[in-house]
Amino acid sequence: MISYLTQFIEMLGRFVTSRIDRLGLAARFAGLLLLALGVSIRRTTLIIREVYFSGVRSLSIITVSGLFVGMVLAVQGYEVLQRYGSAESLGVIVALSLVRELGPVVTALLFAGRASSAVTAEIALMRATEQLAAMDMMAVDPLSRVVAPRFLAAVFSMPFLAAIFSAAGVIGAWIIGVHLIGIDDGAFWSQMQANVDVRIDVLNGLLKSIVFGTAVGLISVFEGYFAAPTAEGIASATTRTVVISSLSVLLLDLVLTVMMFRGLS
Amino acid sequence: MNRSKFDFAVGIFVAIGLLAIVFMALKVGNLAGFDSGSGYVLEARFDNIGGLKIRAPVKSAGVVVGRVDSIGLDSETYEAVVKLRISANYRFSKDTIAAILTSGLLGEQYVGLESGGDPVYLANGDRLGKTQSAMVLEKLISQFLFSKAAETPAKTK
Repeated sequence: MISYLTQFIEMLGRFVTSRIDRLGLAARFAGLLLLALGVSIRRTTLIIREVYFSGVRSLSIITVSGLFVGMVLAVQGYEVLQRYGSAESLGVIVALSLVRELGPVVTALLFAGRASSAVTAEIALMRATEQLAAMDMMAVDPLSRVVAPRFLAAVFSMPFLAAIFSAAGVIGAWIIGVHLIGIDDGAFWSQMQANVDVRIDVLNGLLKSIVFGTAVGLISVFEGYFAAPTAEGIASATTRTVVISSLSVLLLDLVLTVMMFRGLS
Repeated sequence: MNRSKFDFAVGIFVAIGLLAIVFMALKVGNLAGFDSGSGYVLEARFDNIGGLKIRAPVKSAGVVVGRVDSIGLDSETYEAVVKLRISANYRFSKDTIAAILTSGLLGEQYVGLESGGDPVYLANGDRLGKTQSAMVLEKLISQFLFSKAAETPAKTK
């Protein structure tokens, strides 16, 4: 009985220390990455290549998802609002929820699934096939040649993708609200413009997406860089990227929302 | 794919992204005053405009005929000065009454125009002579209570 108990406590301890260990490794990795950024940021060709694979190729999924999310918000929002005779406020509700929350968060979640998982798998396979070691041998720093451009591409792409998501969502809501349901076009936009503040809502939304881009980018390159060099290792690294990215985006969103919007309305 | 193709695709991506940000700032937010500038402007003075906002609709018989262009305060008479931009398709007679009304119980406020019988039409920059202010719920309730209080002693006699 006692031995089971000590075993359990040992297991708990090992779980916690391994997590803290990994967090420390990630922090040291982030520090090294920060040092490599200075060299990497001048090599725009590499960054542009990664922006193409991560950002541009995500454009279609982001636009289509944004459009659908906006449409669903419009349909559901209208159901509730028309009970209180204020269907004209549909634009406000859709725009605020998209710009403040759904735009940055859903974009980051989609980006984690669409682009970050690929980045992790790519770097992990480079590690497994010893391409990273070969680079080191040729005196090419894999951090600034491989890792930093992919990280920067995520940070750079995210705000644009989030803005495109939100814009597509508003247009989707406009299609449903104004053209299918028949809300007054002017009231839809005028109420939206009267209640969406560029500084408080739009800029804070973009700031959020930059933070999410940093987090998702860092997690994806970290998991790839330290993946076990086996087929199983690559698979579990990719899974971890998506899971940890999603969780940290949602947690960061809570923290940022409390910091940005507490005390407003 | 060679380098210039990547550059081109990323350039397009950034352009679309910037376009979306500008769309959010101008069309969804209120960074710049978006005004069509068409039609003509009428001025109406109200004692109280309630929750009327810029770009709220101006309706006549329920049909949207224009938008609220600007709202200001006359510091001498302490009246709200509301400029209404009316579509050039609609004309209103000189004795039109402007009232601030509410769509639904909790809906947004708009300006209602009721045309009179005067054969002379309002032109650009004219002022609407008769206006009716927004209903303020507190005033309405207190009026109702006072009139009730005034009624009661009469009934007990």
